[in-house]
Amino acid sequence: MTSARVLARSGGRRTRLARLSDILPPQWQRSDAFISLLLMAPAFLFIAVMLFASVSTLVLVSFRELTDPGMPVVYTLNNYLALFAPEGDIYRALLLRSLWIPLLTTVAVILVAYPFAYVLAFHVHRYKAVWLILVTIPFWISYFLRVASWKVILGENGVVNSFLAWLGVIDHPLEFLLYNRGAVIIVLTHSWLVFAILPIYVSLEKIDRSFLEAAKDLGDDAIQVFLRVTLPLSLPGVFSSAILIFVRAAGDYVTPSLFGGISGTMIGNLIVSLFTAEDNAPMAAAVSVFLMLALVIVVCAVALLYWLWKKWRASL
Amino acid sequence: MSATARRSRLPMILSVILAFYVLVLYGPVVLLPVFSFNDNIYAVFPLTQFTTKWYHQLTDNEAMLSALWASIKIAAASAVIATILGFLVAKAMTRYRVPAKNFFYAVFMLPLILPTIIKGASLLSFFRQYLDIPLSLWTIGAAHVTVTIPFAMLILIARLESFDRSLEEASADLGMNAWETAWRITLPLAMPGLIASLLLCFIVSFDEFMLAFFLSGSQPTLPIYMFGLLRFPESMPMMLALGSCILFFSIIAVTITEMLRLKRSEALL
Repeated sequence: MTSARVLARSGGRRTRLARLSDILPPQWQRSDAFISLLLMAPAFLFIAVMLFASVSTLVLVSFRELTDPGMPVVYTLNNYLALFAPEGDIYRALLLRSLWIPLLTTVAVILVAYPFAYVLAFHVHRYKAVWLILVTIPFWISYFLRVASWKVILGENGVVNSFLAWLGVIDHPLEFLLYNRGAVIIVLTHSWLVFAILPIYVSLEKIDRSFLEAAKDLGDDAIQVFLRVTLPLSLPGVFSSAILIFVRAAGDYVTPSLFGGISGTMIGNLIVSLFTAEDNAPMAAAVSVFLMLALVIVVCAVALLYWLWKKWRASL
Repeated sequence: MSATARRSRLPMILSVILAFYVLVLYGPVVLLPVFSFNDNIYAVFPLTQFTTKWYHQLTDNEAMLSALWASIKIAAASAVIATILGFLVAKAMTRYRVPAKNFFYAVFMLPLILPTIIKGASLLSFFRQYLDIPLSLWTIGAAHVTVTIPFAMLILIARLESFDRSLEEASADLGMNAWETAWRITLPLAMPGLIASLLLCFIVSFDEFMLAFFLSGSQPTLPIYMFGLLRFPESMPMMLALGSCILFFSIIAVTITEMLRLKRSEALL
């Protein structure tokens, strides 16, 4: 029981406990803006330090010269020049591949996830909660475990090879299952699938069903209803999940390092090896900044296209 | 279309397609427990003999146990901190008119959107090159709090939005001060959301690989230890057994959370 209530019960005048906010001017004490900023301050400061300060450090380090510890810090443009130098084509090739593989992955994920989300939103009425939980669980299962379990499937002694050998179809393991670009795309597609199903499902579920019936009443057949009503209205969900998947897959390290081999190595592997094996933090930072800029440009371009498309549709 | 027609059963073909999708989603991870009980160093068909020896191998593995303990410590600490910070943000976002709301929302979602490799590289530069502090479980924990804040915030915003704020106003009208209202009304009503947030943040941190990979000192976390196991074919069965255990606990925790999130707030009153 708080002392304020003890006082109130004992017949004394109800005194308010002194509060920290009493030192503030009264007009601030009741201001929504002030209280909400106060509530958000701890999380904001934490993220500000951990992300803004650290990304700034990354940019700063990317302009440093590689020096021995204890030596004075020298700032230079050489790391970035190396990225564009003729002999730096490995950097550019890896960056290009790290945009290309996630792009194919994203397209594959959307193509696979969309029909599933569509059936779930429009045709499942019984046990819908069960289906939704079934789809949600893999979302929370360790990304690392989901990727690693593919090793069991595609490995030299994995499920596919041993099954085919057992059937007598092959007499030595199929080499092309592992350590190439195709394997990376398959594994990435599978592990990001759940990140697309749920957002697309939500955007389909939100569509007002009377729009669909109106289109049908006005003479559209099922395909026209889909192309002219359902698909455009679900695009926000498709775009937001596509961008998330593209950006996160571009910076992946686990999948390319377990399944990539030479043709499937991505820029994440390069960044890690520059940091660890080559102990060249400035160059690693420059490559990271390079990747970050490329992703920002791609995402802005996609957002611009989406915006233009919306304007174009509105003008019809 | 009438309501009864809408509630009609799913056509056979669609059920088959849905079942196939779920099979594809779960297929690879389901193989982990299957082969973890198989008495063969390689994960190959046909299955030979049932054994629990890979699990026995796990229980007396010092390196694994210390990695497990490290992961539990980090996950528990970051879940508690992220849930507290996320709760304060959710409270602000749902109960007050926040100035520049979209900006703040974007900032709090940023850890989710930024590629992990960029976060890892940035934090590594920050800790090593700028602050010059040694890498340890603390540095991993700090990174994990950052990435779990968005999850805690999203879960708690959904929870706080789901119950009537007039309950809090009524409590204020009946003479309780802000702290009493928070303690007797808001917290009990938000409890399922808080538990869900704690569990999910724990799982996210426990399973996180990339940041821990960049930021771990001499003591690895469990995912780092497992990544090491993958390099040696002979330790594959142990990795399968370990993966199955993690899978088992994750699925239980997620099922509890999902049930808590589906549960209506009225049930508590």
